[in-house]
Amino acid sequence: MNLTEEERDICAGKFGSVPQRALKHQIAVGTFFGARDFVPVTQAHIMADTESLGEAGVLWLEELAAATEGQRRVRIPTITDPRGTDFAKAKFLGQTSAMLSLEQRTIDAFVKLGVVMTNTCINYQTIQAPTRNEHVAYGDTGVVIYSNSICGARSNFEGGPSALAAGLTGRTPRYGFHLPEQRRATLYVRVEYTPESLNEWGALGGTIGRIVGNYWNVPVMEGIEGTPGSDQLKHFGAAMASFGSTALFHLVGLTPEASRLADVAKPGLPTFRVSRKDVQALQDSYRSDDRVDVVVFSAPQLSLYELRALAELCKGRQFAVPLLAVTSPQVKPDADRLGYTKDIEDAGGTVLSGMCFYQSYAREIAEANGWKRLATNSAKMVNILGGYGYRPMLASMEACVDAAASGRLA
Amino acid sequence: MNKLKFIARHAMGRTVRGTALVAHDGFSARYDLDRIAGIFSRPTHKLVGESYLNKILVLDTAKGGVASAWMLHEMKSRGAVPLALVFNSVNPILVQGAALADLPMLAGFDEDITKAIPFGAKVEVNPEMGILEVIR
Repeated sequence: MNLTEEERDICAGKFGSVPQRALKHQIAVGTFFGARDFVPVTQAHIMADTESLGEAGVLWLEELAAATEGQRRVRIPTITDPRGTDFAKAKFLGQTSAMLSLEQRTIDAFVKLGVVMTNTCINYQTIQAPTRNEHVAYGDTGVVIYSNSICGARSNFEGGPSALAAGLTGRTPRYGFHLPEQRRATLYVRVEYTPESLNEWGALGGTIGRIVGNYWNVPVMEGIEGTPGSDQLKHFGAAMASFGSTALFHLVGLTPEASRLADVAKPGLPTFRVSRKDVQALQDSYRSDDRVDVVVFSAPQLSLYELRALAELCKGRQFAVPLLAVTSPQVKPDADRLGYTKDIEDAGGTVLSGMCFYQSYAREIAEANGWKRLATNSAKMVNILGGYGYRPMLASMEACVDAAASGRLA
Repeated sequence: MNKLKFIARHAMGRTVRGTALVAHDGFSARYDLDRIAGIFSRPTHKLVGESYLNKILVLDTAKGGVASAWMLHEMKSRGAVPLALVFNSVNPILVQGAALADLPMLAGFDEDITKAIPFGAKVEVNPEMGILEVIR
């Protein structure tokens, strides 16, 4: 890679061992992908749940954090994805003191590194959305696909070590979706059904993600009617990224880089059609039971509007099985202030903050609580939780709330 | 089998030799593995039940979310890790994870590498030369 004078100085250790290690890591990744140089980034977003980190990852962070003050802090605003717990609700979840200890050590290390503990995967709704052509280094696949596609920003999937490295150096290797040519469509999808509910938007995204199937493929879509909102596109993108490892899509006439099809696509792309039947088939494929042990709204964290809708559905109900609603630390105080939390919790639900269900030792909390049959309106989560021993089922928010009250999914 | 050497467009790490565990399937450290037992655990994975410890994985593509970037490092700390990773195509997450865990990796071949390498073949991964070679 071509390095600037400053980058050569970082590599030589003139700014200390922490940025030196970070840049060397980035050079290894950039060289693998043939990056010619680095591109400055303005924000970084770190995914670092402790189930993924393990003791080894936490020790690695603590070693960085032990460097001399003045040589260890991030250079740009660097924020965090959801943590692996809501400390106030850890006992309810059945998490152990060992899990919480790892969490606290991780937080302490990040704070020493200058990382801002936002603990959110909806930073584009709650912290600061990136702007068109803004180069960023984001973790969490749902954050990346939304930022690339809806905002027109430029990011690859940056796993925790690389996102932290970008925060520490203020740059990232210029490859993948930082390059204009990589952002052009590689396949065309004609969408013949415009969803209404969030679970359907997720199911549509998941269906298209299965078609895309590869990080380097970029779908361009036509046929969606009207103008979907932020929450709809949040579920659509998060599911597409989860099912397809997809980082960027274009919606002709809706997303910023695709005013016209010709802006992003050449003629003759491989063409696919997605119908209502396909979307329903994905949802039906997860209907393994009519009984549920737990209802979860998470992945992505709920916006204020989603919590408002959920609170409305919970009014006057009494739940027979646990209902968990997970949101960000930015949204939770508003939900408390506006009475949404009370409406949900008066019905027997629980509102959690700053975590994500599947990043919170999902396997262990299932065993601790006897949770196996799980209902959710998140297509992303049904895709993930099968690997954790759950039998996840996808349904509308309304049907999930009804299931929490009756223990049965209609 | 005529061809014994395969050129990779992307390469990282040191040269290693070992037994190839081959399947036309994806790879996610979070969703596909029992990382304590060291086996593929997702019921629908083509390698379910197979131990990946000290094997050279030859798979189609990287799947899943960003967790693998940390998980390879955690697996390496326990010595419960594949010897090397070989993919037809790879997303940035596994490359970032392999860089942190110091795992050799090759990706990007002219042929479907999962069809070219026999299951159980002895192979050499040579990232410096960008070559995957069947040695027996």
